[in-house]
Amino acid sequence: MAEKRRIRDFQQADTEHLSKWKKWRRTSSKSLKKALGEVKGLSSYLVLWRHDIHSIEGKFGTGIQSYFSFLRFLVLLNFIIFILMFSFVTLPTIISKYGIFNSTIAYISPKNIDDTCTIYKPSGNKGLVYFYTYLKDLLSGTGFLEVTSLFYGYYSIDAVWISIMSYNLPLAYLLATFAYLTLSSLWIIKRSVEGFKQNLVHDADPFQSYCNKVFAGWDFCITDPSAARLKHRSLQYELQTDLQEEKLKQKIAERKMGEKLRIYTLRIFINIIVIAILSGCFYSIYRVTVFSQENSSDTGNVNSQVNLLVQYLPSMVITLANFIGPLIFAFLIRFEDYTPAFEIKLTLLRCVFVRLANIGVLLFSLWSQIAGCGSDKCKPCGYNYKLYPCWESDVGQEMYKLMIFDFIVILAVALFADFPRKLLVTHCSWKLVQWFGHKEFEISDNVLEIIYGQTICWIGTFFSPLLPAIATIKYFIIFYVKKIVLIHTRKPAARPIRASSSNFFFLVVLLIGLLLAFIPLGFSIARIPSSKACGPFRNYNTSWEVIPDTILQFPTGLQQILFGIASEAFAVPFFVILCIIMFYVIALARAHKRVVEQLREQLVLESRDKMFLIRKIAEAQRYP
Amino acid sequence: MGGSASLIPRDLLSEYQELTFLSKQEILLAYKRFSELLPKEERENACSARVSKSQILTLPELRANPFQHQICHVFSTSESGDDSMSFEDFLDMLSVFSDSATSDIKSHYAFRIFDFDNDGILDRKDLEQLVNCLTGQGEESQLSSAEMEQLIQNILEESDIDKDGTINLSEFQHVVSRSPDFASSFKIVL
Repeated sequence: MAEKRRIRDFQQADTEHLSKWKKWRRTSSKSLKKALGEVKGLSSYLVLWRHDIHSIEGKFGTGIQSYFSFLRFLVLLNFIIFILMFSFVTLPTIISKYGIFNSTIAYISPKNIDDTCTIYKPSGNKGLVYFYTYLKDLLSGTGFLEVTSLFYGYYSIDAVWISIMSYNLPLAYLLATFAYLTLSSLWIIKRSVEGFKQNLVHDADPFQSYCNKVFAGWDFCITDPSAARLKHRSLQYELQTDLQEEKLKQKIAERKMGEKLRIYTLRIFINIIVIAILSGCFYSIYRVTVFSQENSSDTGNVNSQVNLLVQYLPSMVITLANFIGPLIFAFLIRFEDYTPAFEIKLTLLRCVFVRLANIGVLLFSLWSQIAGCGSDKCKPCGYNYKLYPCWESDVGQEMYKLMIFDFIVILAVALFADFPRKLLVTHCSWKLVQWFGHKEFEISDNVLEIIYGQTICWIGTFFSPLLPAIATIKYFIIFYVKKIVLIHTRKPAARPIRASSSNFFFLVVLLIGLLLAFIPLGFSIARIPSSKACGPFRNYNTSWEVIPDTILQFPTGLQQILFGIASEAFAVPFFVILCIIMFYVIALARAHKRVVEQLREQLVLESRDKMFLIRKIAEAQRYP
Repeated sequence: MGGSASLIPRDLLSEYQELTFLSKQEILLAYKRFSELLPKEERENACSARVSKSQILTLPELRANPFQHQICHVFSTSESGDDSMSFEDFLDMLSVFSDSATSDIKSHYAFRIFDFDNDGILDRKDLEQLVNCLTGQGEESQLSSAEMEQLIQNILEESDIDKDGTINLSEFQHVVSRSPDFASSFKIVL
């Protein structure tokens, strides 16, 4: 501190000689820095769960803390998406329906549409019903929930007039959807770039290098002695495993031809088994969804508990597949004889694929039902109007059910699997139970769980605008549940997870989920005819048509520009220019790499020269 | 918080803010924690008192840290060599370990902390001691000599650019700047 004071006084003495302008600049930058510091200090109080995450970091290290920071990020993201959809879509609808601010609704009567397409009678509960019907409706999104603003069908207005301004609701609905997708992708990319900036130049895998493990291995924020002991053990285990893995790699490189052939055939065989299992999963999901859709629209079904079960059947099968799949993959990968690090990556990749593809198959089977036009079921309207007069609400209901079921399963697993297991292991000393052991806090499994939930939210928000609010509350509660489970039942994971690589992994998988969410949304917006009986897009062929219609109302000059941008005459040169820029940047990066290598070689030569000269001097001193 | 704020004179507080990376709340919190380490009579002059090394090591942030002795040694400005710390030394330490410190400062001090024999370079002995600190005290938690040899070989391969068998400050800073975990792990927040 004394030295800092000396340096500062030195600097101040220096500034006496500077011109007025430079002096002013220096003082103003100092006061700006001070002001920014104050703002940062105040805003740190606004950060959600700052104290909780800090204590988790102190007790368990930064790897697990990154999971909880990720949860916090998702809560914020969902909240912002909810605010977006609410303020641009739900709020105008509610304002106009209750006539606040002198607003009126404009209904445009549909033209050229067959009357049969517009029949839609949602069975909102009328009259006296049993109380459990409300519960059943809450769990399955039908009944009284179907006519609320939760689902697409509520937004059946075409424009809102507030005094003299007109608010085009269909356009707002579509643009809000694009906005939240763009916002999510930009935010995720920004977060992943921050963690990845420094590591693009060097060849070696930066997350696995020994220097990273040794110099940045100890979390200086650990405050708990028992956590420190765990950290020591896990570091020792990690270093030993890596050294063994290196020896294994050398052994693999020395494998003979016959060995290689045997292993490759074994791998191909196991991959075929994996593909067979996956196809089995997908087929069962498809059949179950078809069955559930056909049987749950039977209104004559008296036994409502069975009906509820049938409605939840797809969610149950998906959850079962998500649970069994990873177990099978973890078992099979042992036979494939990869290095341990690659085993983990491959299993993870397969689990990610299973979870995200299950959602895709569910949606695909829904669409095959909706647009399934065998025997002329959908001639007048373009979709199966008898079973699905308002198909977007139905899809919204399926997403809603998936989300609720996912939430129930997470709570149930925490309550009925983790706590009893801990009680059993601590108080019962049977050999079998002790071998079962405490539950490890597997970060990757937990992360895949919440990414699965988030993908459902992204897909479902178009069909059910209030779904992000449910997702926010769900992740909020899950934070506390997971924290309690962690504190009470935790056993350290044998292979430690590093904060940087886990952050990167979470965000990459989240991005994959988001990209996967684009596909079904793009398909339903652009390809499948929107329902004519409900929703804001009744007067358009597909939901996308709002945009070309709106553009046709712009002045001719603007129209021509927009049509020009979308035509081939613009797109092809644009693409070619992008390719040229990309090749230039790649060539630049390669040149920089070469320069770095040459400089390294130069440094080695310099040090050898230095050694040589030192030796010569020593010799010269010995024989003067 | 109000009590301790009146015990640091305001100009001293703003001077500390200027000379360290800490914010006002962090300095006040550090003051509170530091004065708790002193016996009651000396709490009035916490700014000029010195705390012995054993007292500092009772802080939870340092208690479980395998580099505790080196940290005290590096940041202590005591002339008698007993590694006792004054309040300003304590602030210096927290400033280096804070969130807003630049990675240059952190790697500079990390080098000094890892340099167990204080000779200005990290040679094999330093690296061996570093790895033993990481894996824990006790016979069964240390790596075998063959594993240690292999590990040190790998580390030197990755970081020793001029191939002289030791790591100097610039090589250390270079390899740490490419390490993605360093900024998040080299952090102590009260």
